[in-house]
Order: sequence, then C-alpha cells, then structure tokens
Amino acid sequence: MALAFDEYGRPFIILKEQDQKTRLRGIEAQKANIAAGKAVSRILRTSLGPKGMDKILQSPDGDVTITNDGATILEQMDVDNQIAKLMVELSRSQDYEIGDGTTGVVVMAGALLEQAERLLERGIHPIRIAEGYEMASKIAVENLVHISQKFDFGATNIKPLVQTCMTTLSSKIVNRCKRHLAEISVKAVIAVADLERKDVNLDMIKVEGKVGGKLEDTELIYGITVDKDMSHPQMPKQIEDAKIAILTCPFEPPKPKTKHKVEIDTVEKFQTLRLQEQKYFDDMVQKCKDVGATLVICQWGFDDEANHLLMNRNLPAVRWVGGVELELIAIATGGRIVPRFQELTPEKLGRAGMVREKSFGTTKDKMLYIEHCANSRAVTIFIRGGNKMMIEETKRSIHDALCVARNLIRNNSIVYGGGSAEISCSIAVEAAADKYPGVEQYAIWAFADALDSVPMALAENSGLQPIETLSAVKSQQIKENNPHYGIDCNDVGTNDMRQQDVFETLIGKQQQILLATQVVKMILKIDDVISPSEY
Amino acid sequence: MAIERILKDDANEEKGERARMASFVGAIAITDLVKTTLGPKGMDKILQSTGRGQEVTVTNDGATILKSLHIDNPAAKVLIDISKVQDDEVGDGTTSVVVLAGELLREAEKLVAAKIHPMTIISGYRMAAECACNALLQRVVDNKDNAVKFKMDLMKIAMTTLSSKILSQDKVYFAQLAVDAVMRLKGSTNLEAIQIIKKPGGSLSDSFLDEGFILDKKIGLGQPKRIENAKILVANTAMDTDKVKIYGARVRVDSMSKVAEIEEAEKEKMREKVQKIIAHGINCFVNRQLIYNFPEELFADAGILAIEHADFDGIERLALVTGGEIASTFDNPESVKLGHCKLIEEIMIGEDKLIHFSGVEIGQACTIVLRGASHHVLDEAERSLHDALCVLSQTVNDTRVVLGAGWPEMVMTKAVDELARQTPGKKSHAIEAFSRALIAIPTIIADNAGLDSADLVAQLRAEHHKKECNAGIDVITGSVGDMAELAISESFKVKQAVLLSATEAAEMILRVDEIITCAPRKREDRM
Repeated sequence: MALAFDEYGRPFIILKEQDQKTRLRGIEAQKANIAAGKAVSRILRTSLGPKGMDKILQSPDGDVTITNDGATILEQMDVDNQIAKLMVELSRSQDYEIGDGTTGVVVMAGALLEQAERLLERGIHPIRIAEGYEMASKIAVENLVHISQKFDFGATNIKPLVQTCMTTLSSKIVNRCKRHLAEISVKAVIAVADLERKDVNLDMIKVEGKVGGKLEDTELIYGITVDKDMSHPQMPKQIEDAKIAILTCPFEPPKPKTKHKVEIDTVEKFQTLRLQEQKYFDDMVQKCKDVGATLVICQWGFDDEANHLLMNRNLPAVRWVGGVELELIAIATGGRIVPRFQELTPEKLGRAGMVREKSFGTTKDKMLYIEHCANSRAVTIFIRGGNKMMIEETKRSIHDALCVARNLIRNNSIVYGGGSAEISCSIAVEAAADKYPGVEQYAIWAFADALDSVPMALAENSGLQPIETLSAVKSQQIKENNPHYGIDCNDVGTNDMRQQDVFETLIGKQQQILLATQVVKMILKIDDVISPSEY
Repeated sequence: MAIERILKDDANEEKGERARMASFVGAIAITDLVKTTLGPKGMDKILQSTGRGQEVTVTNDGATILKSLHIDNPAAKVLIDISKVQDDEVGDGTTSVVVLAGELLREAEKLVAAKIHPMTIISGYRMAAECACNALLQRVVDNKDNAVKFKMDLMKIAMTTLSSKILSQDKVYFAQLAVDAVMRLKGSTNLEAIQIIKKPGGSLSDSFLDEGFILDKKIGLGQPKRIENAKILVANTAMDTDKVKIYGARVRVDSMSKVAEIEEAEKEKMREKVQKIIAHGINCFVNRQLIYNFPEELFADAGILAIEHADFDGIERLALVTGGEIASTFDNPESVKLGHCKLIEEIMIGEDKLIHFSGVEIGQACTIVLRGASHHVLDEAERSLHDALCVLSQTVNDTRVVLGAGWPEMVMTKAVDELARQTPGKKSHAIEAFSRALIAIPTIIADNAGLDSADLVAQLRAEHHKKECNAGIDVITGSVGDMAELAISESFKVKQAVLLSATEAAEMILRVDEIITCAPRKREDRM
C-alpha cells in the first residue's frame, strides 16, 4: 500500500484507513479486471446461438428462473465484482437500446478483453490498445453498412420481418413454434406501428401470460385483456358493441380532500344525511346510464350498494383495474378517462365491438377480453405455456422479437446472421490493419481475432469443430467475395445465410460492436482498484 | 494471481456436467418420490407440516404431495410447478406428468452419458412428442353426439380417476355422484358451483349429492324452521348498524335525550330497511354479512327466515341455484329478481344442523355432503372427488376420450418406435428413449400393484402389435385385459396435457448447462 513521506521523513496517510483497503495497481489491476470480465463472458458464451444452452438462476428467495437471455442472466446473477457489474451494465444497455443481442455483446467484449490481455503481456500500453480497438471498431461498423441490405416490407408484406424475428427466437426455448410466435410479434408491431413516422411504441403491446394450455395456443388479441372479472357475479358475461365509461373515481361516498366534519346533532339531520347518501349512489349510477354507457370500468372499488344498483340497472362494471391497463383501454377504445361523474359525456365513452369474460382451467381464473376496439392501436399478446418458467421465458423471447421488429421498422437495413457479419468484419478489419503504422496495428489485428470469437462460439455450441469450421467459412467468404457465408448451426447443409433466411438488424449489430468496444476501452483504462477489504 | 470472485459470497455456480447432474438428480429424486402413488394400487403418503400443531395429511394426490415439499433443487422446482399447473388446468394426472418428465430425464441422462448433445435429444423428444400426440389423436373416441354413450364415458372416466384414490371402494357410487354433479353445471367449468361439505361421522358410503342446496348455517331464533314455496332474497348488505357512509360524518350532541333520539332514528332507519326488504314479498332472507339481534327480531316478527353470515361463495352459489340476484339496495322491489325454491328446512347431518333448500329452480349449483370416519379421510376424499370433478368438467368441454390403464402409453410407444426406425441420425436414439420413458408408466403401474411388470409389459407390447387392440393392464387380475370391456377410460385432454407439459419440462431442464444460485436472503435472527 502506498505510503508517502513528508519532507521530514515522517510517513503520512493518503487514503483514509488505508490498511483496511485492498488495492491493486498497474498491470495487476488490469489483469484482474480482464479476468473478471472474461469470467462473465464465459458464463454467457454457451448461451449463444440456436443451440445455446439455458441457465437456471435461483434468486435469494429461492425462485427459479430458466433463461437464455443474456441481459436476464446477468441481471439476476447477483454480481459483486465491479468490473463484472460493468459487463452487466453493458448487456443491459444493449437490451434497452436494441432489445436483442444481449448475449452477443458480452461475448464480444469478453473476446476483446482476452485479446487485450495478450497485448498487455507483450508490453503494449493499454491506451494504445484502446485506440487501436477504437479505429478497428470504426472499420467494422463501416463494413457492416457496406454489406448490409435493405429490404422492403409493408403492412401486407410481412414475410421478411417474420424471418428476422424467427432468427431471434430460434435461440430460445420457444423455437418449437417460432414461426407462430414470430408472426404474432410482427403482426402486433405492425398493428401499433406508425409506418410514416417509422416509430413504434412498444408500450401499446401488452404481453400477458397465463399458465396452462400449450405454447401453440398463444394468441394475438386485437384489443386488451384485463385480469379481472365483473364486479357482480350475475352481471352479463358478454357485451356486444359496448360503450365503455372509463372512470377513475370510486363508486363510493365522496371524500373531499380538505379536512371536514359533518356534524349530526338532530334526528332531522341524520335523516337528511341518509337520504343524501342514497341519492348520491343513485346519481352516480344514473349518470353513467344517462350518457349511454353499457360497461363501466373503474380504477377503484365499489360500495355494495352501488354495486347492486349497477347490477339492477343492467350496467356491467369492472372494478380495481390498474392505471396502466386503464390507459391502454382508453387508447384502444378511443375513450377518455373520466375523473368525475359530472364530467361524463357521451363523447368520452370508449367503444369496443365485443367485451367478454373467459374462464380458464379448473380454478376460478377469469379474464376480461375487450376486442374489436374503435382504435386497434393497442394489442395484447396472450401467452399460454406448460409452466411458470416457460411463460416467463416466452415473455422475454417475445420482447426480444418485438424489439427486433421495431428496429426493422425504424431502419430496414439488415445484415446476415449466423456469424457471417462478424466474419466479414473480421476480414475487413484485418485487411485494413496493415495500413496503420505504429503499435495500433497489433490492436487492430487483435480486434479482428476477437470478432472471430463470436462465430467460433456459435460453432462450438452447435457441436462443430470451431477452428476448422471458421477457417473454412472465412476462406469461402474471401474466395467468393460473398459476405453471406456463416456457420451452419442447424445442420441445414448450406453455409449461405441468405438461403437459410437468417437475418439480424444492422443497428443491432452496429450497436453490439460499438458498445463492446466502449466498455473494453473503459476497463483497459483502469489501472488502480481500491476497494474496502472484507471484514 | 487468483481470479477475483465475481459473484457474491454465498452465491454458488455450477457448470456443465455438474449442473446437468444436479438437475437430473433433483428431478429423478422427485419422480421416485411420487412414483409409488401411481395407479390403482399406488400407496399414499403422510405429510406432516412443520407449522404449529404439526398437522398430518394423508394423500395420494401428486400435486398435494409436491406442493407441501420444501425443495431447494431448481430442477425439482420445475417439476413441482408443472404438477401444479396440471392441477389447475385439468385437475388430474398430476402424478403422471411428474413421473413422465422424470422418466424422460432419466433416459436423457443415459444419452448424455453416451455423448449425445442435449440439443439433439431435445429435437428428438419434440418429434416423438408430436408423433405420440398424433397417434393418440387417431384413436380417440368422441361420443359428443350421443348423450347416453357420452354419459357412460363420463362414468368410466370418473371411475378410472377415483380408482387410484381412497374412494376406490365406493367408486361406482362416487363416480355417479361426480357425474351427476358435473352434468348439472351444463358445460360450465366453474367448479365453485359444486359445494362440498365435509362432516365427520358415518362412513364414506353415507355421502350423498343433494339435489338442492345445503347451507352450513343455522336458522335465526324464533324463526320458522320450515318454509314451503320460499321466496328468497339473497343480499349483501350491512344489517348490523347501517353506517352513514359519507366521509367525516359524526354525531355530536349535547344531551342524553338527544342521544336517545338519534338512537331511535337509527333504529327507525333499520326498521325501514327491514320493512323495505319485507316489502319484496319474501319469506326468506339470506345475507352475506352479520344480522344484528334487532333486525333479526323484526324478521322473526314478520315470519321471515333470516340467515346471516353466509360467506361469499355460499351467497354466490345460492344465487346460482335459486336464480335470484344478489341485492344490496332495496328501493325497487319490483326490479329485484327473487330466488325461489320449494322447501327450506333444517336438517341434521351428524350432530350439525344445516339448512336445506330443495326444489330449486335453476339448479346449476349443487352440494355434495361427504361423510367419513376422520378428518384425514374426509380431506383426502374431497381431494379425490375434486380431481374427478375437474376431469369430468374438462371432458364435458372436450369430449374426446381414450382408454386407460397403460393403453394410451402403448399406442404412443408403438407410433414413436415406428418413427425412430424411420429417422436417420442421432435423433433416433432420443426418439427411442422417449418411447422407453412412455413404457415406464405402465411398468410403474404394474410394479406398484406387485405384479411382474417385465412380463406384463412384454405381453402388452405383443398385443399392441395387432391392429386395433384395446389391451391394457388389468391390475385387479394381474393380467393383460381388454380396456374397452373393463370400462377404463381417460380424458384425452388430460393425457395430452400430461404429454405436452412433461416434454416441455424435460426440455427445459435439458437445455440448462449452468446453475447460478444467489446468496440466500439473510433472515433476521429472532431469538
């Protein structure tokens, strides 16, 4: 630990309580950091690709998650090491930004770190390595743009979108019915997409799951599902051409926010108050009825009396609907959320072609379907599956697929998957490396090697000979000058990813390379780790 | 230099082979645990809770056993979860699903040891499951259009389900009971409408299904004990003190006389409410909430039977059977639908008085009264009956039926074996393994019955190579028998759910190559 001496030779302390802290400096620190980063990426490496394996994660409370999604694995892993936390961040930012490729980005970063370690051993300064990586990443991203292809799709021609989503889903457990799920995801995205503005608000897609049934029963509902039932068991279970009043005020006596007291000191007052109360309930229900509502959806609870009045006047109602659902219902049905009974007008009612209650299984599980809405800009994906973990994993997979579809709508450029893009970039970077004078050249070479590690991992996970396969594909790419050759993970028999229809989005790939480079640069620049020691 | 620890202190990481081992071992252990309960000669388990009183449950129901286990192994948790889902979704087959998933994993373990990649096994299993499902689908019997035959099917299914439970002694009786109850639901799957009342005493065969409806409540004091042609108002309203609901209201008075006045007014209010209720022209009033003495007295005066504190389910069921609506306000007597029944009377079962509504109008709900020697017997009987009811109500919706007692497994095995022979590549090993796992079920059934399983299964297999064979294991005589003659049937939906969820679960566990366990949350030590 550093000990400094003043001009009289007396030692003084720089770090407070320094003997309680552990400290790593210089090359030691860098090596420790790299080792930590590599360890994280090693965990994810086996999850990459269509033949990637899953992980079981057991939370502190004993709940089990089984997943293949890089971001989820890292998030739940309970990481303690600082550098490992950076890797977790990396995967999370890829998740927020792109939604897919969360595993790939960590594997890439791990490979870059591994290469950097070798360069460090040769005595190359970390900053020079970082700079070399930076240059190389630029070349790689340019190359990606170069090899990318645009494809056209419209609301009617969704096949290319479906294929890209299928590539994403093929690495998940749901790949058994990936076509079905991919179609659902694409249809959902198309339904809510603003094709002119090229924007998609994924909040409009609600992903709901219920255990039971089989994965094939997963469906897309052009409308909303609410996990609630009618407030009174004897209300009608099906309403056609519903006019929906969406309320955020309870069917309960008023509760003014100012503090107040109602004093009762005579019998008359007691009686008038009673009448008032009755009238109040009556008015509330009558108002809803007057504007022509045939269904009331309320954020709050109902008083027993109000509930019966609603029932009595044949006005079905749903209570305790959450705020988010309420908003979605309002958007879907074109209604307005009404905070007070007085403001209820016929224009503010939402419209839906069909509202029905559906029950599941042997328990009293019921859900409310609101379908054929005035505005179909809100959809629900309703997942069924054999068990809870399956549903959760399907939700995550669908989320990835939705993100991919959204990215394609934003930017319709694609690159080919199966490691072909990485191999092509690696070739381009290697070719460019020789043009750089100076030590950076080595770093650029190293970058090219790191790019190779993604297809290598793919091949490894698919049970192929990694080095043999990679070199064969690489030479094929150079010989035929065709960047579409990748790893044939599914044993289809061709290396041409164009024939296999394996696509990935351009921005996803670009983002992967950029984010991985950034994090690695950051890690390389650290030369001193001070942490409080355990006690 | 040592690699820094990445995970927190108590967190745990298991990789590759070790992880796979851990999940296989966990899953197989769970399977072995419930295996012995399978089939008509399956044994029961005693479960003792760790809670206060160390309550004891004796059961044969897979879902109940697994639910009560405290398991730490993640793979075992997956199996428990599928059994729970099976229970919620179809109600029966909770043991079979776990056993099948476990057997699939046991076979997979051997394949992994023979250096076959888990992904290859998975794709083989998938193909096999699909093939098995199709094979079964071709042999289903659907008697949807023939009401009499369909009822026979239901009867058979109920008997098959019950034969593995404590009720097997009186299975014909209970099967009839369950079928009658479910037929009354008229296609709805809402089993809430079937009320099961358990009263210790008597023997199991004293149990009965009541045509009408029984409410486990007492009749108020001084009120008629027997009403003919009852008009019933079902209500959910406060009959204690009718509070002023307007927020912030409070009474402030300055003299005793005023208090008395207000009290009088309150009483008056209640009296008015009671009057209004009486004005509906009813002679029975059932409320979900409490009824205080004062209104009760008023009702008694008017000769009206008032029942208080019927819980929510009771109210709902009563509304269902009598066709009345649950009312909370009483200002519009003309628009409130009243419930009707021919006779209300107090009956005695054992030592308890119950209220019996008979001759009900709609009759969508019904009551089953279970009698038995002890609470444990009753609890288990309820669970068994619940299973039967679940299966029946699902069968009413999906009317396809298959034969039971190992027949479906053999049919599937045959098809899967065929597929294995036609499939080139490593997958065929996995497909074969799938068929071995399927055969394990009849083997276990035979083993549990103390029969020579190897011999029986071999015979069965030979039988099934003939066309259109109905052979299955006849556990009673210990030989291969014709299932169509023995009237052993199962619901197709249950079998399908077992097959699909077991494959799904096995697949899920097979895909895992790493287990990361977080540090358990520290509990505060309370000394």
